[in-house]
Amino acid sequence: MTAARTWLLDPAPASRMQARCGRWFRAWLGFRRNKLAMTGLGIVLLLVLMAVFAPLIADRQATTLQDLGNRLQPVSWQHLFGTDELGRDIFARVVFGSRITLTIVAMVALIVVPVGLAIGLPAGYFGGIVDKVLMRLTDIFLAFPRLVLALAFAAALGPGIENAVIAIALTAWPPYARLARAETMTRRRAEFIQAAELQGASALRIIATQIVPLCLSSVIIRLTLDMAGIILTAAGLGFLGLGAQPPAPEWGAMVSSGRQVLLDQWWVATIPGLAIFIVSLGFNLLGDGLRDAGDSRS
Amino acid sequence: MIGLDNVTIAYGTGTRAVIAVHDFTLSVPEGEAVGLVGESGSGKSTVLRAVAGLIPHAKGEIALAGVRVDRRRTTAQRKTTQMVFQDPYGSLHPNQTVDQILALPVAIHRLDRGEARIVQALTEVGLGREHRYRYPHQLSGGQRQRVAIARALILEPRILLLDEPTSALDVSVQAEILNLLARLRRERGLTLLMVSHDLAVIAHLCERIGVMSAGRLVEITTATAMAKSQVTHDYTRELLRSNAGFDRS
Repeated sequence: MTAARTWLLDPAPASRMQARCGRWFRAWLGFRRNKLAMTGLGIVLLLVLMAVFAPLIADRQATTLQDLGNRLQPVSWQHLFGTDELGRDIFARVVFGSRITLTIVAMVALIVVPVGLAIGLPAGYFGGIVDKVLMRLTDIFLAFPRLVLALAFAAALGPGIENAVIAIALTAWPPYARLARAETMTRRRAEFIQAAELQGASALRIIATQIVPLCLSSVIIRLTLDMAGIILTAAGLGFLGLGAQPPAPEWGAMVSSGRQVLLDQWWVATIPGLAIFIVSLGFNLLGDGLRDAGDSRS
Repeated sequence: MIGLDNVTIAYGTGTRAVIAVHDFTLSVPEGEAVGLVGESGSGKSTVLRAVAGLIPHAKGEIALAGVRVDRRRTTAQRKTTQMVFQDPYGSLHPNQTVDQILALPVAIHRLDRGEARIVQALTEVGLGREHRYRYPHQLSGGQRQRVAIARALILEPRILLLDEPTSALDVSVQAEILNLLARLRRERGLTLLMVSHDLAVIAHLCERIGVMSAGRLVEITTATAMAKSQVTHDYTRELLRSNAGFDRS
């Protein structure tokens, strides 16, 4: 343990790998002191583990197994979170629902970050007409109300997880483009960029090797903070019946199905609602922590 | 090696253009070191940036190694002319190790023996193996400037442009860097064009000195003449007086 620590904190690393690991380790040491951020990280890790090991935690069959004689059962040892209006085990549905939530979040992130960077980096780097065209395009997308566009999109393409992802991504990328543009512009005139230019680096090489690494940290922080919004939008689409389709155990759809019995069988809507709340909170805490860690280093 | 013929450099375009340098003519033969002095805003750095290809020039001709150049340059043209910037804190990428910084020019020019070149470049500027995988924030100002010099020299340029390479450093470190530059120049037969507001620094490294004021080259003199105060132009005399420390030496 101590050997690994000395290796990581070595002020004169002997390889590229060691230098990189040491940097990450130092950032981690700073991050670790932030209790709230660690709570957030714990929640997010728990969500990931729950999604990965879902079949070990709950019975996959139970998520769709209807047992009408057993409907709307309260919390018990047999059904940890009770059963819903079709007699399905809510615990199993919440556990497997984490997979859907995580899939949506991951797919949105995979679309939004590259698109945002692809629009924002050239706009900030080249400026002039390129900047004007790309940023007006961004403005147009920014002007759409997020949920309404997502609704229209999901309605036009038909409900489903893939379309929900596309609908959310379509409205989520403009802030990333603006962020990447702003970050690029603050670095555009930096001397290390000029030095790279002088050495004959092409615009593509400068953007990819010099600017992207500097933008990435703020983009990741922004993404983590946006995760809560993405999860809520996904749940909102699910609630309105435009996201994941029954019988898929999507948390938003589960809340929706429990709303008729909210007063008498509160757990049907409340448990998945709590799951959405906790996961959103976890991502927010993690994002705040990452932002603070980023601040102290600069 | 460096030829500037009636070069005029302007910032901005049209009616709002500000002319920073007027009809600048200077020729630097191979192996010579020429310094440009002048107060802030005299246009000395602008000349250097135009020679480096960072800004365009409006009129006149710039020739490097006998080839007429513009702002847009080929990769081979870039290789012959390299520059060391004033601020060693701003001229190195903050998130990259020394190794990555030196690997970039090797990758751009697809040089062979990249590994050996990086090790050699570090040794030449007096940095050890222990510095190779450090980040710039783990180095002192002098060490950073050595990295910047190594980065410029790894391409084996024939012309080295120096933009106040020591003004951001402590006095003791300044001398080390100047001695390093003098040695590298001798070993490699570099042609130097250097800009500084410090006459002592210029005189240490350069044989000829150009004095600039308000965007014009007012006088070209030699370091020895300068030391003996044998200057013709009034502005140069004034500059010498304000650099009183240089007078005594």
